[in-house]
Amino acid sequence: MPHDHHDHQHGPSPSGHPYRADNDGPLTYWQRMEIAVRELLVEKGHMTAAEISAQIDAMDERSPARGAAVVARAWSDPDFRAQLLEDASAAVRGFGLDIGPLNLIAVENTDRVHNLVVCTLCSCYPRDLLGLPPDWYKTRAYRSRAVFEPRKVLREFGVELPADTTVRVHDSTADMRYVVVPARPPGTEGMTEEALARLVTRDAMIGTGLAKRP
Amino acid sequence: MSDTDGRRWHDMGGQPAGPVVPEDHDFALWEKRVDALMVLCGRKGLFNVHGLRRALEDMGEDAFETMSYYERWIAATNQNLIETGVYTIAELAERMDEIATRGPSYGEAQTGAKDG
Repeated sequence: MPHDHHDHQHGPSPSGHPYRADNDGPLTYWQRMEIAVRELLVEKGHMTAAEISAQIDAMDERSPARGAAVVARAWSDPDFRAQLLEDASAAVRGFGLDIGPLNLIAVENTDRVHNLVVCTLCSCYPRDLLGLPPDWYKTRAYRSRAVFEPRKVLREFGVELPADTTVRVHDSTADMRYVVVPARPPGTEGMTEEALARLVTRDAMIGTGLAKRP
Repeated sequence: MSDTDGRRWHDMGGQPAGPVVPEDHDFALWEKRVDALMVLCGRKGLFNVHGLRRALEDMGEDAFETMSYYERWIAATNQNLIETGVYTIAELAERMDEIATRGPSYGEAQTGAKDG
């Protein structure tokens, strides 16, 4: 839910997260450390201010829309779907997305199986495909409970699965990230990839949500 | 949390915990900069994600409860850079003290930054 946003800002930011208004609060110890580390790295020639700005811009451009485009292609193209499930890193690179050195596994939801992604140890997340992880993904509550009571956690996201659905929980690591290919909703036959992609939410690709219905 | 079950504090999978509140927020500029610094340090071979992870895990549970996510990240980044010899603790302390004199807010503390 959006919170703490400026009165003059409406809706989510370009990254899809609500705005946060803390750039003008009192300078904190850790903010001073960030400034100091950044200045020292630049002064000692390890990186330039322009590189730092460019990296921020590159990260801001990474949003769940990238993942949604991949899912829409998988829904539309059986060969791509097969390749994605076989070797997601190669398939996504072949799709034209720069995902850096990311090792990616795609897991598919069906009418019998629901997949859920977590990082119990920290916050590992397919950030090159979905952007930075949401706050709740990094909380003790989600990290602790997703692996032993996933159905209860899913209910907290408003997702109620049939009792006979198999739930698989995938625990990410620094070296291996997962993305969920949500089940294609009924009533989407004949839709374009672009229209399909709009049904694919961030949470659907983490497994805490389902694809929207048209 | 004790380590008597053979697990360290960050190994939380399967532990009891409260409800998940599905909320999130955009990141402040200083947080985005911390993220960018970590990525660039990795790309330039100063340290890697496992160096970051080690420093985060060694901070212990108190840091998890009292510091925000990117506060922990800048602390871990700083620790790795000092260990690597990119700068010294004394250089860091001197710079942080000087930054404190620049102004009361993050935005104002950029003024006078030597890289512009």
